[in-house]
Amino acid sequence: MAVTWDFAEMLSKESARDKFMLKLLELAATNKNIVYICADGAPVGSKQDEFRKLYPEQFLDVGIAEPNAIGIAAGLALSGKMPFVNAFGPFLSVRATDQIHTDMAYNDVPVRVIGTHGGLTSGGGPTHYTVCDYAIMRSIPNMTMVAPSDANQCAKLIEASLTYPGPMYIRVARGEEPLVYKDDYDYVIGKAITAKDGSDATIIGTGIGVYNGLVAAQQLAKEGIEVRVIDMHTIKPIDEEAIVKAARETGVIITVEDHNIVGGLGAAVAEVVLEAGIPCKFKRMGIPDVFAELGTPEELYAYYGYDGNGIIKQIKKMLG
Amino acid sequence: MEKIDMALVKRLEDKAADIRKQLIDMTYAIGHAHLGGALSMCDITVALYYHFLNFNPMEPKAPDRDRLVLSKGHSGCLIYNIFADMGMYDKEELYNGYNRIGGKFGQHPNRKYIEGFEASTGSLGHGLSLAVGMAFAGRMDRAGWRVFCITGDGELNEGSNWEAIMLAAHHQFGNLVAIVDRNRIQGNGWTEDTVTLEPLADKWESFGWEVRVIEDGNDMQQVVAALAALPPSDPVKRRKPICLLANTIKGKGIAFMENEPKWHAGGLSKEKRDECHRLIDEARKVRG
Repeated sequence: MAVTWDFAEMLSKESARDKFMLKLLELAATNKNIVYICADGAPVGSKQDEFRKLYPEQFLDVGIAEPNAIGIAAGLALSGKMPFVNAFGPFLSVRATDQIHTDMAYNDVPVRVIGTHGGLTSGGGPTHYTVCDYAIMRSIPNMTMVAPSDANQCAKLIEASLTYPGPMYIRVARGEEPLVYKDDYDYVIGKAITAKDGSDATIIGTGIGVYNGLVAAQQLAKEGIEVRVIDMHTIKPIDEEAIVKAARETGVIITVEDHNIVGGLGAAVAEVVLEAGIPCKFKRMGIPDVFAELGTPEELYAYYGYDGNGIIKQIKKMLG
Repeated sequence: MEKIDMALVKRLEDKAADIRKQLIDMTYAIGHAHLGGALSMCDITVALYYHFLNFNPMEPKAPDRDRLVLSKGHSGCLIYNIFADMGMYDKEELYNGYNRIGGKFGQHPNRKYIEGFEASTGSLGHGLSLAVGMAFAGRMDRAGWRVFCITGDGELNEGSNWEAIMLAAHHQFGNLVAIVDRNRIQGNGWTEDTVTLEPLADKWESFGWEVRVIEDGNDMQQVVAALAALPPSDPVKRRKPICLLANTIKGKGIAFMENEPKWHAGGLSKEKRDECHRLIDEARKVRG
């Protein structure tokens, strides 16, 4: 199916947190192996609370204890269940790393971890930012690391994950984010999406990086610069073919991620380009290896230069 | 109290002596093993695998099997020998495949290599959470099987255990039994000199568990009595999960290893191996 995006549609926003819960509510009605596990995350009136009421035997709130959540999920998966653990990204990706590494990944069981408040979207400051999940997860054997670029893609991913083998970490934002796509495409874990074609340069984004990249590409197109935008929603296993093709055909690659530039998407792409031996101008855009400042996500993306305007400046500099 | 089946006790005592000798032989053959904690939990583990667990070595993934999660993964060497003794693989495979490239037998067990293990463990403080997950699955399925989790005492320093202990009590799992191998020694010395665990039974009780202390967890009669007295596993009925707090001796059965922190792990010369065998045989003779 063709992939289309429409700039006008990108003005509407939706929450991936709502979308994955709606999808889980739908799937749990018939798939009795699904277990939803949260860590003090089912306030009255929420969709999580609805899940608890509709499927009490498939619901578990472990309280504020993320390592326990992962261990229990691994125990469930070892017993043939399909657990989805949902909690704040920082406390899953960092606090529960030992359990993710050993109970999930080494045991090689299909636990799906959904870390919310990805990147700088939480508003809670550095203790509540999730800035090293890509780096950690992609360095753990057996793990799949995915960061959907919008809420609808997140729902597609949840469905696709049911038949995908092994452990998986899914990163989503805190609140509402722009919808990047219409819903008219097949989603495949591990297969990058060319959201916009172009031959002057390539932006490879993940998560919100795709939207920010498309904003930049749209503006640059008006100036006659055609930039390819690749949605690298799956950071591991990474789509090497799409990267090599982009390096070869455009000669300029900019990676955009709401993550520390150390060890994340940019590092993963650089590894592929270098090992392929393709000469290519290259720049990583993201959080510059600092504990980030305080502010709204949009303010922070602009401050660290990986919003649309910052990406435009960077591309012009590289094409200069 | 139910009458103890003394023939069973005798059979399990003999088996525990055999397994100790096999563990010693393996240690001699491969040069190194975590002996201390394997010997302390030997009696209760033998009682489980050779009588109390619904476990068929020829069908280790049978859906209705009882689950045993070894939280103290470093004691996997004991269960390696039990599985060899049960005919799941031969000793040559174990000796040749221990801790070497292409081998299946690490210092900590890998469930993907050895089917009898329910989970790959090694990092301490993980087993109870895994066991709670399994108990939850058993409840979902209304399954009759039970989950046992053997933890060390030193590993109770890890906070993650207490997350699992608290949660298991909240959900009142009637299909979960924790066994604490209370040998009082952790890596570098006495638990009570490291971080005070006592009053340990009170801690579990205050967290909502029913604690049953086995005064001597290396006395097969007491072990059998405790395991025989467990209420039937019940996936639905809500009751306090049970903790068997088994007082044991690290290095039990080998006099020069008993209560010696340095025998947490080690190797054996041929002379030492022979001495170990002699000590085990003498103890068996004394027992009659």
